[in-house]
Amino acid sequence: MLQGISNEAFVLGCSAIGAGLAMIAGLGPGIGQGIAAGKGAEAVGRQPEAQGDITRTMLLGQAVAETTGIYSLVIAIILLFVQPLLAGL
Amino acid sequence: MELLVKIGQREIIIPDSVFNVWLVALVLIIFAIVVNKKIKEASIDEKPSSFLNIVELMVELVQSLVKSTMGEQNLGFAPYIFTLFFFLITANLFGLTGLTPPTSDYSVTFSLALITFALSQYWLFKNAGGLKGYLKGYTEPMAFLTPLNVIGDLANPVSLSFRLFGNIMGGGIIMTLLYSALGYFAPIVTAPLHIYFDIFSGVLQAFIFTMLSMIFIGGAEA
Repeated sequence: MLQGISNEAFVLGCSAIGAGLAMIAGLGPGIGQGIAAGKGAEAVGRQPEAQGDITRTMLLGQAVAETTGIYSLVIAIILLFVQPLLAGL
Repeated sequence: MELLVKIGQREIIIPDSVFNVWLVALVLIIFAIVVNKKIKEASIDEKPSSFLNIVELMVELVQSLVKSTMGEQNLGFAPYIFTLFFFLITANLFGLTGLTPPTSDYSVTFSLALITFALSQYWLFKNAGGLKGYLKGYTEPMAFLTPLNVIGDLANPVSLSFRLFGNIMGGGIIMTLLYSALGYFAPIVTAPLHIYFDIFSGVLQAFIFTMLSMIFIGGAEA
């Protein structure tokens, strides 16, 4: 089946698969941010007067938790658009 | 819009994201000049005009933010934080005009993160009292942890810049894919997505970038 496929096409296809696999890392930040938001909602329910502080802390923590997901996104973008593996052919 | 600069034989292509940085800077400079002129003309006996009122509100907002995160003695950083915050907001909202938002270029976000990194390292150096104390700070609490400390410090600007770049770039890519996939029906779906990706995400990421900058600088300064 792989006969007659050019090297470039093979590398590009594998890069696309790699980019898709890299984005599985999006699971982690999603779960983490969900937990943070749930705890934030709990905290607001317990102490409604501190809503501003709680929201700010929650958003900051979520942004830091997002970092791993952003790393995978950057790797996927590099694989798809910069195509560094083609240079190795 | 891309620019082509010819110096002798060589042609240098200036990408549109870099050109848009100049546009954003121009907008902010004009804004600063107008505010400066108005605030000098204003008299303290009259009530401030609505424009100056909003500007005062913005300044007070940033000052209270700096006070609560960095402490009263670090109020001198407020102008830098203010500039950073409003540069990022203007840059992120630039996507709404149909032009490329400048922050979707990694060079822009990385240079902004480098400014914060340089500031925090400068204050670390100054507080440690010279090169010896500065280098000694990396060997704490134990000597064999030095590589970890160095990597941990170097990772700060990288993660800071990747976070902003990834968010704006990712939003832009999703919007481009949707526009090309849906064709003429795109405006039905993309309008609410613009609210999320451009306005909500843009303002939030600008806020988070400045907040983390404050924490890094404040942590080094204290």
